[in-house]
Amino acid sequence: MTRANFGLLILVAMLLALPLALPNTYYFDIANRMAINAVLALGLNLLIGFAGQISLGHAGFFGVGAYASAVLTTHFGWTPIAALLAGGLLAGLLAAAIAPPIFRLRGHYLAMATLGLGVILAIVFKNEAQLTGGPDGMSVPPFSMFGFEIYGERQWYWVFAALLVFSVWASLNLIDSPFGRALRALHGSEVAAQTAGVPVARYKAAIFTLSAVFASVMGSLSAHYIGFVSPNVADFFHSIELVTMVVVGGMASVFGSLVGAALLTALPQTLVAFQGWETVVFGGVLMGFMILLPRGLAPSIAAMLGRSR
Amino acid sequence: MLTQFLQFLFSGVTVGAAYALAALGFALIYNASNVINFAQGEFIMLGGVLTVVFLKAGLPTPLAICAAVLAAAIVGMLIERLAIEPARDSDVVSLIIITIGASLVLRGAVQVWFGKGPATFPAFSGDAPITVAGATLLPQSLWVLGGASLIVLALWLFFAFTILGKAILATAYNPLAARLVGIDTQWVLLVSFALSAAIGALGGVLLTPIAFTSYDVGVMLGLKGFVAAVVGGLGSGVGAVVGGLLVGVIEAMSAGYISSAYKDATPFLLILLILFFLPRGLFGAKVTERV
Repeated sequence: MTRANFGLLILVAMLLALPLALPNTYYFDIANRMAINAVLALGLNLLIGFAGQISLGHAGFFGVGAYASAVLTTHFGWTPIAALLAGGLLAGLLAAAIAPPIFRLRGHYLAMATLGLGVILAIVFKNEAQLTGGPDGMSVPPFSMFGFEIYGERQWYWVFAALLVFSVWASLNLIDSPFGRALRALHGSEVAAQTAGVPVARYKAAIFTLSAVFASVMGSLSAHYIGFVSPNVADFFHSIELVTMVVVGGMASVFGSLVGAALLTALPQTLVAFQGWETVVFGGVLMGFMILLPRGLAPSIAAMLGRSR
Repeated sequence: MLTQFLQFLFSGVTVGAAYALAALGFALIYNASNVINFAQGEFIMLGGVLTVVFLKAGLPTPLAICAAVLAAAIVGMLIERLAIEPARDSDVVSLIIITIGASLVLRGAVQVWFGKGPATFPAFSGDAPITVAGATLLPQSLWVLGGASLIVLALWLFFAFTILGKAILATAYNPLAARLVGIDTQWVLLVSFALSAAIGALGGVLLTPIAFTSYDVGVMLGLKGFVAAVVGGLGSGVGAVVGGLLVGVIEAMSAGYISSAYKDATPFLLILLILFFLPRGLFGAKVTERV
């Protein structure tokens, strides 16, 4: 456990030092997007990596948060914080309601069901044009809380950095709590976990709901941060992108998720140089990663260094 | 009233036949390797796009179609050899990401090389609609239905009467036992990918004169094919065909009677409902989990 705390310390130090090294707002923007994705990947990793349940529709929950913030603040005059909470509540309720039937499914059937959920949400956002602006999306007012407005990439950096540290800290604690151990047990064998007294169905629903709320809150914040939201944020590819961050970083590795998120956020920015061939190169890189490092970056590197975990 | 119903039914069965072919592709690969191939939709896209390209190059239609299907089959084999084979022991999520990577490569390459615009070629036997009880049916729809039926029949013959077909079935049933009786399971895997790519591409060719093709048609077609495969029960051939038709008809009915804007959502709503009650689809094998 001390090693995890050490990792947390390094993360805090890096986040404090990073602004000194970032030359302009463009790099702050990339750092912010990395942090957003890192929190999302962390939440998803709890579900996929630790509890062993796949979700190919997680961007749907991100979309719920993003659109709750956009629609409630623009059309109904809610304060951003109220809209954020409402989005989180909505995503949580949706996840909790759908979890009991969905989590009777396994493997590819579960993949199908979660994929379907995400696609349906994306189509709803696209079709309810009078509220959501349809396929063109809509703009989102800036985030303000208690009279303060968070403005510009530099201010947002500290918000996302704080959130990231909190999420890492919370994830590390969750994993080593009785709940976290139960999740890892049901990943290993549901029957064995059940025999040992783990309420499997309830715990799966709980972690699914938790990671849905994670996604929704980040959806809200990133909608305010970017100032714009379109149905693309909820679509199948965004879901896949999130899963990829988890898997490339390393399943069931908290710090792996951070690496995966940073890498997959930076990759498209660097690929712009390939002019038109971005998609091809991106696909190729994904395949290469999965073939060469099937266990993900962080665990593979750890294994290379001769350490476990 | 009846006319309208018939009209929706025709369009549903036509696109359903294409979904059925996609679902068969999913089933074939799933049986041979336990992989869900998310690049299946790209095979459908390749069929249509490559036929357009070969026609532009001056090939006569039948030859252009054969060339396109053959090219898609080769792409399928390449994916198996270069991407799936080296990652055989990876888990479900990694394999899903690998096939999605492959689909991105294919889609990206076609986008650069073929462009973003939609394309099509003339229907095989004209555009004069046939009238049945007041509803109209395009001759190309008959081609789609006939073609799909022929493919299903040919597949059935292949699996029932050829050594290679039986070897594929044996591998699907138990890969280790299949190896023990001397079946080259790697070869089986390669053939399965080639077959499912060819079937998908043929579906794409047949559908293109009705629905047009472009670099990104494979996304939705592939996802709906996956829905169809799961509706029927993963790995079941009968299930794939029934699932495809069911998804196509229900989608067309909901577009006609309820809302055309939510047409694309219907298959996914359907699959959620079906999985709530039948966690292994309509024809999925009943398995008892060993502990």
